[in-house]
Amino acid sequence: MSHPSANPHLSRRVVLSAASLTLGTSAAVLTACGSDADRETEPKTGGTLRAAFAGGGADETIDPHRVNLFADAARAKAVYDKLADLGSDMAAVPRLAESWTPDADLTVWTVKLRKAVFHDGSPVRAADVLYSYRRIADPEETFRAKQDLAPIDLEASRAVDDLTVEFVLKHPLAEFPNSLAAFGAYIVPEGTDDFEAPVGSGPFKFASFTPGSEFTAERFDDYWDGAPRLDRLQIVVADEESARINALLGGQVEYAHDLSATTARANEANDAVALVSSPGSNMLGFAMKTDRAPFDDPQVRQAMFLLCDRDELVESVLSGRGQIGNDLFGLGFEHYAADIPQRERDLETAKTLLAAAGVQSITLDTADVGSGFTEAAQIFAEQVREAGIEVEINERNADTYWADVLTEGQIASYRSGAMPIASHISQRLLTDSPTNLTQWHQADFDELYLQLQSTADDADREVLYQQIQQRLHDEGGYLVWGFADWIIGTLPGVHGVEQAPANTLDWARFDKVWMD
Amino acid sequence: MLPYAAKRIGLGAVQVLAVAVLAFALVELLPGDAAVALAGDQPDPANIARIREQMHLDEPALARLGDWLAAIATGDFGASLVSGRPVAHLLATALEPTLILAGLTLILVLPLAIGLGIAAARRRGRWPDRLITTFTVGLYSVPEFALAVLLVSVFAIGLAWLPPTAVGVPSLLAEPAVLVLPLLVLLARPICSIARLVRAGMIEALDSEYVAHVRRAGVSERRVVFAHALPNAITPATAQIARTADWLLGGVIVVESVFVIPGLGTALVDAVNARDLPVVQGIAVVFGATTVLVNLAADLVAFRLAPRLEVAR
Repeated sequence: MSHPSANPHLSRRVVLSAASLTLGTSAAVLTACGSDADRETEPKTGGTLRAAFAGGGADETIDPHRVNLFADAARAKAVYDKLADLGSDMAAVPRLAESWTPDADLTVWTVKLRKAVFHDGSPVRAADVLYSYRRIADPEETFRAKQDLAPIDLEASRAVDDLTVEFVLKHPLAEFPNSLAAFGAYIVPEGTDDFEAPVGSGPFKFASFTPGSEFTAERFDDYWDGAPRLDRLQIVVADEESARINALLGGQVEYAHDLSATTARANEANDAVALVSSPGSNMLGFAMKTDRAPFDDPQVRQAMFLLCDRDELVESVLSGRGQIGNDLFGLGFEHYAADIPQRERDLETAKTLLAAAGVQSITLDTADVGSGFTEAAQIFAEQVREAGIEVEINERNADTYWADVLTEGQIASYRSGAMPIASHISQRLLTDSPTNLTQWHQADFDELYLQLQSTADDADREVLYQQIQQRLHDEGGYLVWGFADWIIGTLPGVHGVEQAPANTLDWARFDKVWMD
Repeated sequence: MLPYAAKRIGLGAVQVLAVAVLAFALVELLPGDAAVALAGDQPDPANIARIREQMHLDEPALARLGDWLAAIATGDFGASLVSGRPVAHLLATALEPTLILAGLTLILVLPLAIGLGIAAARRRGRWPDRLITTFTVGLYSVPEFALAVLLVSVFAIGLAWLPPTAVGVPSLLAEPAVLVLPLLVLLARPICSIARLVRAGMIEALDSEYVAHVRRAGVSERRVVFAHALPNAITPATAQIARTADWLLGGVIVVESVFVIPGLGTALVDAVNARDLPVVQGIAVVFGATTVLVNLAADLVAFRLAPRLEVAR
């Protein structure tokens, strides 16, 4: 830390931690800084990058539609492309799609494909896109992207020509490009059902794969987005975080995915590793059931919001490696309501609200389903107790936690990975949402969302986004106390590793990485 | 010997069957049902219904148990819910690194532990004995994970003599350097426990009537120790050696995860994390069978070393 100029990565990190405090401008500062650091030395071509990820053992699959773990997604994105991907702010970025154009009522979308080729030299065609989407939507299967593609009427959709797909939707959907970027919605050549030797259109050609151990892919020179710098990419599996950092420190890998805040703290001053932490990757909070006592009373939800000491939670649960939340999902993302003032702790007002509502005790559900989960519940319980409320912590079975708290209990520990704000709403906040954990059933809110998805004009839609979030901030059921950073470690000679929430375009994007 | 062996093998088969039934029953007893656990943080009712159908959970439990046992008897453990690959294939893959580690550990541990035990017994009460005793008691009390972390930070990160993990290594035998640290960790505790048992057995044997008799007959001390005292001295240790073999063949999870070795322990952890129940059940059956087999072998060896036990049974 004392000689930031001596090490470009170190300086970037220092700027990062400072920048993450002032969010609006951070992205600009970072980009500027990154290019500064990279200008010192020209990008080099060649070399093998070994990246360590946690994996799923011998059960791992290379079928890109079956992705589930981060390692699966990293392998899939090396070999395959999607029509779109999500930028670091969750806005859809065109990939194999060159452009998308809706009709006037947002139900028919014409997607133009760019000229790209699969690794066997055959072109990427509209037929491949339709085949891939139909495979994902197969009712007999449980592919992850199925739900995101559900709005598409695949029977009615068609290939206009080899480079044009016409998607017919079941209802208007202004944010349809998000669906094209869905997790696992990769484009495979028409007819593919066997992934022994996968062929995609991604930046790397498949070379070898041993489930639970290693995956190797080589540079694809004809990649439409420019051939990667690296000769070879190897993704190796190390489930334990300590093993990943040890492998990095021991020089067995050049990139270690998903490091803990503790490891980051321990290696902050270590010149042998460079840390890249991406803010806003993982939302943490509590979900209150808005359809039953005591949280059916908006005053009580308000009191919980006011009792939460967010700084304390971020400091102790995340070792300071995160940002505080404002009871809204998607900090830093496109359409996030950044103008709503940050909620502060206010014990006195909370006490008055609780007294008016006549609440004396609550039961908080939690389970050991993620790091820091039960710790956050304990700390929050203490904060609530300061208002004279009895808090019973109900530690549930981790295996059935998510199914149980979907319908049972009053308030439950909650977390969410990054996704567009519209997806968060459609999956969790509509009357018929599959995982409506806060039991938020509001016909007028559903109506508002429907209106948003039917509004073609960007400015008008933005107004609706703000309106929806203001409503959720005022009386919603999600108490969002923080956002955990996503931490990656590399050796100092690795360049071009960008900050990006997990599963977005720039995350694990090894085609832009180069080594000294 | 033969009737004894036949009886033990029959008993072993019953034990393996019992383990299989138990593994099946445990899954039945999961809270909610297996499909709910499998759905994880996607508890969409449609999703749960699909998994339930896929696993035939709507059929009666007894019928499913019967089908499953019949299939296992032919070596068919079903298919993984996650990847769709045969469980038997998955078990075979995970068994290889575990067998390599267990085999090498056993090959090294026996001469080392027995040698230490004999050395201590022959110099009973003098400094070599005290040194060995202090060393074995001290080392035995260090847990595997602590020893592993210590060895990695000193020899792999600090001195950079050895690779810290076996990450990405296609086969453990192809790069033997990755085996050194895990073997040291695996050897530590078994050496201590077996050496102490051998020492005790040896002291007892050396003090015995028959050894005194052999000595009086003018047999060399070397022959006295190795040909006469040792077979008797080692009998009490065979049960401990069997326990060690069983522990090793179960895939020592701590060692596998610290050193990134994709053995049976890791396979079990992965399957539990992914809620891949057919794999969990398959591994449970393998563990049960290993335990039964190892103990069977130990009993037969002990029987062979000291046949007089037959009378006692």
